[in-house]
Amino acid sequence: MLRRRLDIPLNRDSSVRFLPWIIALMVYLAGLALAGTLVLQGTLQRWDASLSGTLTVQLPPPGDGKPDALAAALALLRPVRGVTSAEPLSPEATRRLVEPWLGTALTAAELALPQLIDLRIDPAAPPDLAALQARLAAAVPGAVLDDHRLWLDRLAGLVLSIEATALAIVLLIGGAAVLTVVFTTRAGLAVHHAVVEVLHLIGARDGYIAGQFQRQALDLALRGGIIGLALTLLTLLAIGRVSAATALFGEHVRLLPSLALRPWHWLALALLPFAAALIAMLTARVTVLRALKRMP
Amino acid sequence: MVRFENVGMRYGAGPEVLRDIGMELAAGSFHFLTGPSGAGKTSLLKLMYLAERPSRGLISLFGRDIATTPRRELPALRRKIGVVFQDFRLIDHLSAFDNVALPLRVAGLAEEQIREHVSELLRWVGLAEKLNARPATLSGGQQQRVAIARAVIGRPSLLLADEPTGNVDDEMALRLLRLFEEMNKLGTTLVIATHNEGLVTRFGHARLHLENGELTQERLRAQHAG
Repeated sequence: MLRRRLDIPLNRDSSVRFLPWIIALMVYLAGLALAGTLVLQGTLQRWDASLSGTLTVQLPPPGDGKPDALAAALALLRPVRGVTSAEPLSPEATRRLVEPWLGTALTAAELALPQLIDLRIDPAAPPDLAALQARLAAAVPGAVLDDHRLWLDRLAGLVLSIEATALAIVLLIGGAAVLTVVFTTRAGLAVHHAVVEVLHLIGARDGYIAGQFQRQALDLALRGGIIGLALTLLTLLAIGRVSAATALFGEHVRLLPSLALRPWHWLALALLPFAAALIAMLTARVTVLRALKRMP
Repeated sequence: MVRFENVGMRYGAGPEVLRDIGMELAAGSFHFLTGPSGAGKTSLLKLMYLAERPSRGLISLFGRDIATTPRRELPALRRKIGVVFQDFRLIDHLSAFDNVALPLRVAGLAEEQIREHVSELLRWVGLAEKLNARPATLSGGQQQRVAIARAVIGRPSLLLADEPTGNVDDEMALRLLRLFEEMNKLGTTLVIATHNEGLVTRFGHARLHLENGELTQERLRAQHAG
């Protein structure tokens, strides 16, 4: 990639032949971990944004001797300060919600589906939800006010632990890459000790000798990194297609999260090969400089 | 130029291969370094071209005490020293031209100047047709001439040669010695380790003689002559 004359024939070493592939694999794994983290973050943010200010009131199914439960609940909710709207979901809409799992064979009448009320509140001045829940339960026994917070908090905890795991994986991959480059560079120093010594004795500065190794490491890691990035993008594309195939109700519900990455996410992924190359280059340089310090 | 005071040297924990070496080589002097095999000639040269450190004593090169010279300043000192190694130490994958060009590249000279100087010198040592030849394709004598060209290309202040005429015929040996003399006339200090008594006698320069790691009485003669 970077064709420059090398005084030390590092490009002929068998030990460097596999370095691009090792770096490719590491960039691939790091890319997937990073993309997964970014997708999860985006998904959580989207859910948080779409659910904030929205609550669901769940009432017992009608027909069990409480036909006025819906009317009673609406009469209680609508006047409450901070409630901007309270609209019941039609039985048809409720049935559609469970259709992906239960199919269309069962009719609403056959299913004891709860009655749902879509409750919108003013996020700037929300009502006292605990008090509202108590009043609701008193007026309509069995009514539940769900603010989704518990579910969102658990989801956020899950995303956080996945992110931490992904970060640990990326750090481990980085550490493995550093060790690989250290090993390869030391092998190169051992194989080419005679040439390195000649360069040293004719007055080459340590930086000149290290430069030969670091250019080689940069070149190989960049090659490997680009291969790894290409594999990452192909994998993301494939996952994206599979994710799209799981879409329900148009684009509203997916069994797998959408892989809609933002521009800066793509930029972060595109920078991975350069980060790997930079790490490899600096590692090779430091390794050689430390070894040269032991020479007279 | 070169000053040794009570210098001793050993490899690792082995016995001293050089003992109580004391000498002072004036700038512009020309010395032959003689002695039987194993007397320590190569070790003495290694100390002078900074490939080894003494186990005791003081070495001063170009007025600098080597023990106290910061490491970052040593490459500049080494660039003032040209070395013809006994085993040539040419870099196999580089052409004759690139081998000779190496000290100039290391010093950061422009490629245009390098091309001019290296081609001229290789022509002078009779290797004009071998610019692109790899060392492995050259004869022992040709390799030796490449090694000498590499040592002198940077016009060093101090030239150290370990058996530089060992693999060349008498005519080429004389020619190389004349090259060294020319350099000496231009101010380069030379130390030539050799077994060739004929050359030592013929050129009549001062002699440093080593026996069992010690400079013998010959050193006195050498200092007087230097």
